[in-house]
Amino acid sequence: MTAEIVPVAPAVETPFRRFVAEFCASRLAVAGLVGLSIILLVAIFAPWIAPQDPYDLRQLDVLDGRLPPLSKSMGGKTYWLGTDDQGRDMLSGIMYGLRTSLLVGVGSSFFAMLIGMAAGLTAAYVGGAIETLIMRIVDIQLSFPAILIALILLAVLGQGVDKIMIALVAVQWAYYARTVRGTALVERRKEYIEAARCLALGKSRIVFRHLLPNCLPPLIVVNTVLVAGAIALEATLSFLGLGLPITKPSLGLLIANGFAYMLSGKYWISFFPGVALLATIVCINLVGDQLRDVLNPRLQK
Amino acid sequence: MLVYLIRRLLQSVAVLLVMSVLVFVGVFAIGDPVEILINPQADQAEIARARAALGLDQPLWRQYALFVVNAATGDLGRSFVHNVPAIDLILQRMPATLELAVTATLFGVLLGVPLGLLAGLRPQSRIGKSIMAGSILGFSLPTFWVGLMLIMVFAVQLGWLPSTGRGETRRVLGIDLSILTLDGLRHIVLPALNLALFKLSLVIRLSRAGTREVVLQDYVKFARAKGLAQRRVVWVHVFKNIMIPIVTVLGLELGSTIAFAVVTETIFAWPGMGKLIIDSINLLDRPVVVAYLMVVVFMFILINLAVDLAYSVLDPRVRLSEVKG
Repeated sequence: MTAEIVPVAPAVETPFRRFVAEFCASRLAVAGLVGLSIILLVAIFAPWIAPQDPYDLRQLDVLDGRLPPLSKSMGGKTYWLGTDDQGRDMLSGIMYGLRTSLLVGVGSSFFAMLIGMAAGLTAAYVGGAIETLIMRIVDIQLSFPAILIALILLAVLGQGVDKIMIALVAVQWAYYARTVRGTALVERRKEYIEAARCLALGKSRIVFRHLLPNCLPPLIVVNTVLVAGAIALEATLSFLGLGLPITKPSLGLLIANGFAYMLSGKYWISFFPGVALLATIVCINLVGDQLRDVLNPRLQK
Repeated sequence: MLVYLIRRLLQSVAVLLVMSVLVFVGVFAIGDPVEILINPQADQAEIARARAALGLDQPLWRQYALFVVNAATGDLGRSFVHNVPAIDLILQRMPATLELAVTATLFGVLLGVPLGLLAGLRPQSRIGKSIMAGSILGFSLPTFWVGLMLIMVFAVQLGWLPSTGRGETRRVLGIDLSILTLDGLRHIVLPALNLALFKLSLVIRLSRAGTREVVLQDYVKFARAKGLAQRRVVWVHVFKNIMIPIVTVLGLELGSTIAFAVVTETIFAWPGMGKLIIDSINLLDRPVVVAYLMVVVFMFILINLAVDLAYSVLDPRVRLSEVKG
């Protein structure tokens, strides 16, 4: 990405180039983006780069359990970040855990966005009683904290990847709906929508080709914040034992697993997954903060 | 105003009813508590008797109808596990949670407002920037992990503070409180700090933004022109004016603090409502789960109502009668 802002020939200023240049104005944001890219790559390629498959019980040796970081295994391998009680390499566990955490976080935010976008656009474009109904539901839901809603749903649904995703979608759609409606209400009064109407374009064409693309910038910003929120919430719920099943450990579950050993001073089982979780959330927030500044029309010169 | 109040109350009752149906029907879909509660060697007849005793042999709608009628009289069912009224169990744990939530809020305000003021008065200085960076970190740090780290550093490595329980409590007006004894105070520091983390970041941001806005106002300039000391300008003229949004947000946040106490209580084994609900979910103690959720939803509706009404009193620009219903 950085390569694009070093023009060889005098560059033509395109909206995309300007966007990239403005984004790169903050070194912190670029650092966040680089960090996020590394985390994503690690999560995607975990099965190829992890020293060990943490789910394959044949590769685990209970005799290697609870080794501190940098210790050697019986087979001469080094456990850079130590091992957990099952003799699982923490580094590999974290790489696979990142996979689960990101999948759940990104996946549920995506579905929440689809639902919220549909609800928000409907509310803004149709109006009337339907708008009142949708926005009332949104208001009421947003008056309860996310963790309470998730707690109610998980107490009802039980454990599992699908269950926690349902809970996260149910928590987050309202934020998207509110954002999309707010933007769409402003956008639909603008001239280009009027022009499209004058051309007698179909309703769905106006909504999807004209209105929706112009509602995207704030949506992208909300999305980054909510993905981070979803990842944190999933970790919290898994930590409480309400989220993912033990067979598919996410970062939250790894941390919960190490909690029992914390009091005896074996810090690494909880510490390193937490660092990975923190790094992920901080990187997403840094990128999101900068995106908000760049995409905010009020701050544009 | 009266119309608004009535409409608002009706809406609250409707939300409470919808929530109760959702929670009741949902909670009854998970597991069969009889399997856990009864001796595995029990025969068919004994299981049937246990079922009848717990009212589980009735159709779901009748169980719900009975639940609503009883709930209206303050009876939210008996705990399967402890065999005492669920509401008693919750009320007994509630002071601990409220104590923790209030202490955490106090931490957030007492630390957050001065830090936010400082950052707002000197936004470009190194202190101002590090305070802001700290608050971003506070938003990003997962609460439960910070709790673990607090235990690791202050309880395990340094051994300064205890990490579990409430410690010694003193009874005041029939309520046990930890903050009144030295041992209890030592026990509450870590959990309250943990729970305060998010609020602290929020208060810092709010007071910084407020300060930056307020110092540009004419009345602050005028106060300076009168030759008032910086201390008086900050603590009287600026401070008072940044507190309005902070008070509102903290009022709203009190509810979410109580909800988030679930996490902190689990980590620090703080015997409050939050720990009770997690234990009850794991033990399939349905009446307690339903009762907890109903109590918390009820508290929330009350808090939201109170904040809305307080708004109209504090800020005359908000005309309640004009709010679209």
